[in-house]
Amino acid sequence: MSKLHVSTTVNGDPVEYLCDPRETLLDCLRDKLNLTGAKEGCGTGDCGACSVTVDGRLVCSCLMLGVEAEGKEIETVEGIADGDVLHPLQKKMIEYAALQCGICTPGILVAAKSLLEKNPNPTEEETRYWLAGNLCRCTGYDKIIRAVMDTAAEMREAS
Amino acid sequence: MALDDRKSEFTFVGTRPDRPDGLDKVTGRAKFGADMSAPGMLHGAILRSPHAHARIVKIDASKAEAHKDVKAVVTRADFADVPFKPGLEGEFWNVLENVMAGEKALYDGHAVAAVAATSALAARDALKLIEVEYEVLPHVTDVDKAMAPDAPVIREGAADYSVPEGMHPNVVRYHESGHGDVEAGFAEADLVIEDSFVTEATHQGYIEPHACLGALGGDGKGELWCCTQGHWIVQKTCAALLGIETSQLRVTASEIGGGFGGKTTVFIEPVALALSRKANRPVKIVMSRSEVFRATGPTSSASMDIKIGMKKDGTITAAEGIFRLQGGAFPGAPGDMTAMCAFAPYNLTNVRQVGYDVMANRPKQAAYRAPGAPMGAFAVESVLDELCNQLGLDPVDVRLKNAAHEGTKASYGPTYERIGLVETLEAAKAHPHYSAPLKPGQGRGISCGFWFNHGGETSVSLALSEDGSAQVMVGTPDIGGSRASMALMAAEVLGIPYENIRVTVADTASLGYNDVSHGSRVTYASGLATIKAARHAVEKLCERAAAKWGIPVDAVKWEDGCAVPSGPNAGDFDPIPLADITADMGRTGGPISGHFEATPEGAGVSFGTHIVDAEVDPETGKTSITRYTVIQDAGKAIHPTYVEGQYQGGAAQGIGWALNEEYIYGDDGRLQNSIFLDYRIPVASDLPMIDTVIVEVPNPGHPFGVRGVGETGIVPPLAAIANAVSNAAGVRMRQLPMSPPRILAALKDNG
Amino acid sequence: MVEVHLWSSLRSLTGGCEVVEVEARTTGELLRELVRAHPQLQAPIDAGVSVAIDGRIIATGLSEPIPEGAEVYLMQRLRGG
Repeated sequence: MSKLHVSTTVNGDPVEYLCDPRETLLDCLRDKLNLTGAKEGCGTGDCGACSVTVDGRLVCSCLMLGVEAEGKEIETVEGIADGDVLHPLQKKMIEYAALQCGICTPGILVAAKSLLEKNPNPTEEETRYWLAGNLCRCTGYDKIIRAVMDTAAEMREAS
Repeated sequence: MALDDRKSEFTFVGTRPDRPDGLDKVTGRAKFGADMSAPGMLHGAILRSPHAHARIVKIDASKAEAHKDVKAVVTRADFADVPFKPGLEGEFWNVLENVMAGEKALYDGHAVAAVAATSALAARDALKLIEVEYEVLPHVTDVDKAMAPDAPVIREGAADYSVPEGMHPNVVRYHESGHGDVEAGFAEADLVIEDSFVTEATHQGYIEPHACLGALGGDGKGELWCCTQGHWIVQKTCAALLGIETSQLRVTASEIGGGFGGKTTVFIEPVALALSRKANRPVKIVMSRSEVFRATGPTSSASMDIKIGMKKDGTITAAEGIFRLQGGAFPGAPGDMTAMCAFAPYNLTNVRQVGYDVMANRPKQAAYRAPGAPMGAFAVESVLDELCNQLGLDPVDVRLKNAAHEGTKASYGPTYERIGLVETLEAAKAHPHYSAPLKPGQGRGISCGFWFNHGGETSVSLALSEDGSAQVMVGTPDIGGSRASMALMAAEVLGIPYENIRVTVADTASLGYNDVSHGSRVTYASGLATIKAARHAVEKLCERAAAKWGIPVDAVKWEDGCAVPSGPNAGDFDPIPLADITADMGRTGGPISGHFEATPEGAGVSFGTHIVDAEVDPETGKTSITRYTVIQDAGKAIHPTYVEGQYQGGAAQGIGWALNEEYIYGDDGRLQNSIFLDYRIPVASDLPMIDTVIVEVPNPGHPFGVRGVGETGIVPPLAAIANAVSNAAGVRMRQLPMSPPRILAALKDNG
Repeated sequence: MVEVHLWSSLRSLTGGCEVVEVEARTTGELLRELVRAHPQLQAPIDAGVSVAIDGRIIATGLSEPIPEGAEVYLMQRLRGG
């Protein structure tokens, strides 16, 4: 099967790649652009470890084809920090020990950032339901939820 | 060992600094199993049996081999022929048989062949070109059915010495232990309850599928990168399976995306190496989630009979348990561990426990956090709860009345050293959760849990740099923040800041042998070794100071990161900070390092008590956990936040096991729920906050008092939740998971 | 002499004895002497055992000293996850 040429934008950078029509956006990010921050935990859209945003919308990159990224704006975990300045969510994840193995962390960060952009003052229940698509097997979510809600509070105060 | 120079006042230990791998993990830089690539790399894929039990008549790979994208195909013939010998040495054979099927496919998902091709897609496509002729055989997946006289035999001759005559060949191990006279004990009881319980297999459910990148040459030298809980066992096993020398294979452990016991063995690693040897190029293999479920270690499923007698005052007079564990198509189900742990929290005069290890047509079970213990605790603690209910006794008081303590003869034989069960029960009783009122429809459950913990072979090396910083090399992959804990312990001994210490998980070529990160052993054993290695370096630092001052080395002591004279008679010298000694160490005797290699024996057993509130919806059968408190003895919490994390994670996994998770096999012996949509682990909206109480009853076998904390936390949840659900629903739940259909059926049966 | 307590199912290999007396100063000697006293114990020892000395569980070590008068139990070898 011949490959297709795709031009897209990832974390603000214009990029191009050739992909098989069967390859997912996740495959293309990881294997063609060497952006291995997004992880494949399931390949069926159930675990959220591959979460990215596409034109501002939170998606599982394993459920989207690489060719569908044509002309889109993709944001991944690699784009969350501003240079050497970590996003408040990143800082709080470390401070709260809201990660153990860290494999779900990129997806949680992308999803949580997306939550706070839409809802700067989420309740615990809203936070839990928003993150229900991001599986974590290590933490029991307790410290993740606390980290996200404390970040929200801090960002509200700062703004 | 380790009884000398004990410490109970700490500067760094017990603080909560940021983890050293934090930045990498929040920026996406951390390299996990699937994140590595190599020049010229091929991609491997594995063909798996669609049958639960089948003779492999013929494998024709000629079409695949002829394809332009395919560079190698391997089958069982491409591995070393490890002779089958039952017992411990036979484990290599079992692993090989699991890695690549021989004469028979033994379960749905069993590997039968593998290809390496120029891309992942090409490799997957090439699998379709391999033709396998199977002769389908009768299969069995249920533990009780696998023990029945008419059950198909998985493998003749797999049973060892322990199995009594007349048992089905699928029963491969038998364990019986206990003491006293249970019949006499039951005769003394005011109430005897006898009941049976069933638990389904669950998967460790780590979010990172197994992944590896291997390169092996015809010269027998190889390199392997993989996600594993123990790269030395990977090195040793791969070398045996491929017929190469252990030391010629260098294995590097990636960051590991969860393991929980499931990454303590090999699956794809020997296959990648075999493909690489044939293709003479590096080969990467990454499992799909479905492969993880079908072909890597779930837990055992279990069928259990419990009988406990109690007096009206709550004294247990006798206890008996029969535990049948199904561990897949290979020996290894931890029926013995289930039996030994089940009654361990209690001081019993009369106790008898029997464990069976039973084979069935399922994937080879792998360890999962305190392997074998949670299911036994579920059965035993459910009967205890029922006894309390029927006798009108408080469940914490009854457990306190019967609790094991220092000097108690354990149900598994020996006399306990200092243990912390009573302290966890007293903390439970005093906790506001225990006295909080329940709403209508809610029930409260409690349970105790026990796990042995482990020491294991351990090597640690510590080197000081000229600027006074330190690097520590450990060999236990960091599965829960252990690099932070090691740095805290090294800081405590060296007296330099936590931030000045970098801890690295070394590859197999850079350090001596290390047992796997399992058995809750890392903070205990690698921690002990780190402390000893740091003390070794301190001895050398003191020697340099003594030489400089011209006094004997025993007149120098180490205090707050400085060499100081040990007393007024030693002389009047200003303290020399560590960095001043290391600054010119090259000219005062050479580089200063410390190391330690041993097998620490003194892990110290541990106990926990959990309190759970559950609410059952009688319309749908759905259970919500409304409040959860974990209380567990950590001996000494090195990094308390990470200890809390272990407690919370264990509880969450236990909630999944109790309420949702199960392996569902069809009549055809195929796994029906091999994706996360159908095998549903707890998500954020399923759980409440999980409160934790860290009890600290120091372990006499560790210089700082550490007990392992990783595993015990999954022992009480199944029982505590079952007790809460049973009390909420008004009907005893005897089967896990307590999924909505099972709860509805139980409510209906109860009228 | 060390009194070694065996788990119940080993009785079938020792002619019904649940306690075996052997002369041993270390865990390694103890295992060797157990086999000398009851050769059928070779199978469980090969399959893997641990030894508890005064309640402290020696998972695998053969060189652990056994103090005079210590309480000694043979146990199935421990495994972890």
